[in-house]
Amino acid sequence: MIEVEHLTKSYGSARAVNDISFKVEKGEILGFLGPNGAGKTTTMRILTGYLPATGGTARVAGFDVFEQSMEVRKRIGYLPETPPLYPDMTISAYLTFVARIKGVDAANIASRVETAMRQTNLTERRNQLIKQLSRGYKQRVGIAQAIVHNPDVVILDEPTVGLDPNQIKEVRKLIKDLAGEHTIILSTHILPEVEMTCDRVVIIDKGQISAIDTTENLTKQYKGSERITLLARGNSAEIGAALQSVEGVTRVDLTETDDLLNVTVECEQGLDLRSKVAARVVQGGFDLLELRAVSISLEEIFTKLTTNEKTA
Amino acid sequence: MKGILAIYRREVSSYFVSPIAYVVIGMFLLATGFVFSIILSNIIERTMMMQMRSAQMGGMPDIDMPMQVIRAFVGFIGTYLLPILMPLVTMGIYSEERKRGTMELLMTSPLTELQIVLGKFLAALTLFATMLAPTLLYHLIMGRYSEPTLPWRIVWSGYLGLFLLGAALIALGSFISSLTENQIVAGVFTFVAFLMLLFLDLGVRGASSEAGEVFKYLSILQHHDTFAQGVIDTSSIIFYLSAVTLGLFLTLRNLDSMRWRRA
Repeated sequence: MIEVEHLTKSYGSARAVNDISFKVEKGEILGFLGPNGAGKTTTMRILTGYLPATGGTARVAGFDVFEQSMEVRKRIGYLPETPPLYPDMTISAYLTFVARIKGVDAANIASRVETAMRQTNLTERRNQLIKQLSRGYKQRVGIAQAIVHNPDVVILDEPTVGLDPNQIKEVRKLIKDLAGEHTIILSTHILPEVEMTCDRVVIIDKGQISAIDTTENLTKQYKGSERITLLARGNSAEIGAALQSVEGVTRVDLTETDDLLNVTVECEQGLDLRSKVAARVVQGGFDLLELRAVSISLEEIFTKLTTNEKTA
Repeated sequence: MKGILAIYRREVSSYFVSPIAYVVIGMFLLATGFVFSIILSNIIERTMMMQMRSAQMGGMPDIDMPMQVIRAFVGFIGTYLLPILMPLVTMGIYSEERKRGTMELLMTSPLTELQIVLGKFLAALTLFATMLAPTLLYHLIMGRYSEPTLPWRIVWSGYLGLFLLGAALIALGSFISSLTENQIVAGVFTFVAFLMLLFLDLGVRGASSEAGEVFKYLSILQHHDTFAQGVIDTSSIIFYLSAVTLGLFLTLRNLDSMRWRRA
């Protein structure tokens, strides 16, 4: 549905987006993850036809975003970081206006507006002025605006920013409901959001893609090492030495609290050393109180990928 | 056409849900009503004095009183009122759109910049026509009592001149509005720009040199006076239409360049 190839955008000598390539399949939710200023918004603006690219190509539904901009724009719904709302309009008047400028046939406008309001749970407030709405409702109007012309692709720039936890939950659910029918790209710098809503993730940093994969694969692949934490009782030096000698262990961290030891064991990628580690502790005559495997969160992967310092 | 209409409808309705339209129209009607009555009573007084003087000397002078009223009235609106009120109409046209972020909505919609610019221009022109139209009533009332009869031809040509002048000011004002995100800044700059046009006009009134002639032609506020005398001058029409085209063209270029500049 979306094909981006070697996309580049420069401002003077600064490169906001540097040689980005990726594809999005129909019905997929793709997450754009990256720190602020990484080039997420710029990439989205190029896709929506708002900004021209400096180099490379981007195609939406087979149309080039620059050469066939009008065709692309008809097929894209876009929610910028601040929802583009007219405060003095009612919700239904606003959505009707958007449907008109998006080129919806006059005969279908009323029904499309109804559908968009129903999907975003706005029907009851249809006659309320936008300026009277809360932040969460404004965001919903923003999303309704992006889907009112039933576009193939919906692009959402930081759709949950500035919302309270309940509103965030609602918006995420809404986005999930929209997938399938629409292809969705959303950007965020909040990791759990990606883990919860997206099928695939593109991690962008300094204008370049540093990783692109499914959410699960990314977590698996970039773990770097499996990690086991355990709680034991005994001499810290001895336990440390015993664990270090297990084949495949790369690193052991010990912290002593009262008479208990908190131990973190990092192992080589792909190895499950839980039973070996447990056996070694017990054989050494120490008390093993707790043991579990920890999967490294996307958050750590993200930090790894977007900071230059190497994690030891 | 559909795109222009969609923009146009939203703009017109936004004028009339915000207080701007009512404030501007109200101020305009108040000022025009007041000035019309002053002009009328001044000219009546002057005419009566001249009639008395000529009665003593014998022979009636031929004074076309209604025409003088129209000329002074149209002159007042064109020279003083529009440069003051028009910035209020045009200042928010693009700047507000940029500030709210709705410009991004318009520019990612399947609309050309020309459709956006024309829709907004026509909407502002509609607001202007709405505030100008009620003042025709003054002439209608004067016409019922005037002797000689009211020369409607001069009224129409005077208003045509005002309409063209208004169109030119709207086009230039909306260009200035497209340069900033702050409507107050846009308003102030527009006002200063119109004021300079006014001084250009006042400054060249007595000029007779060749340079003066050029300035005279360029003086946007000057041309409506020929219309107010009942002369529909092609060069003035071309002048105003060029000013409109220039304003719209600059706006268009500026919207287009926003895509390339936006960091």
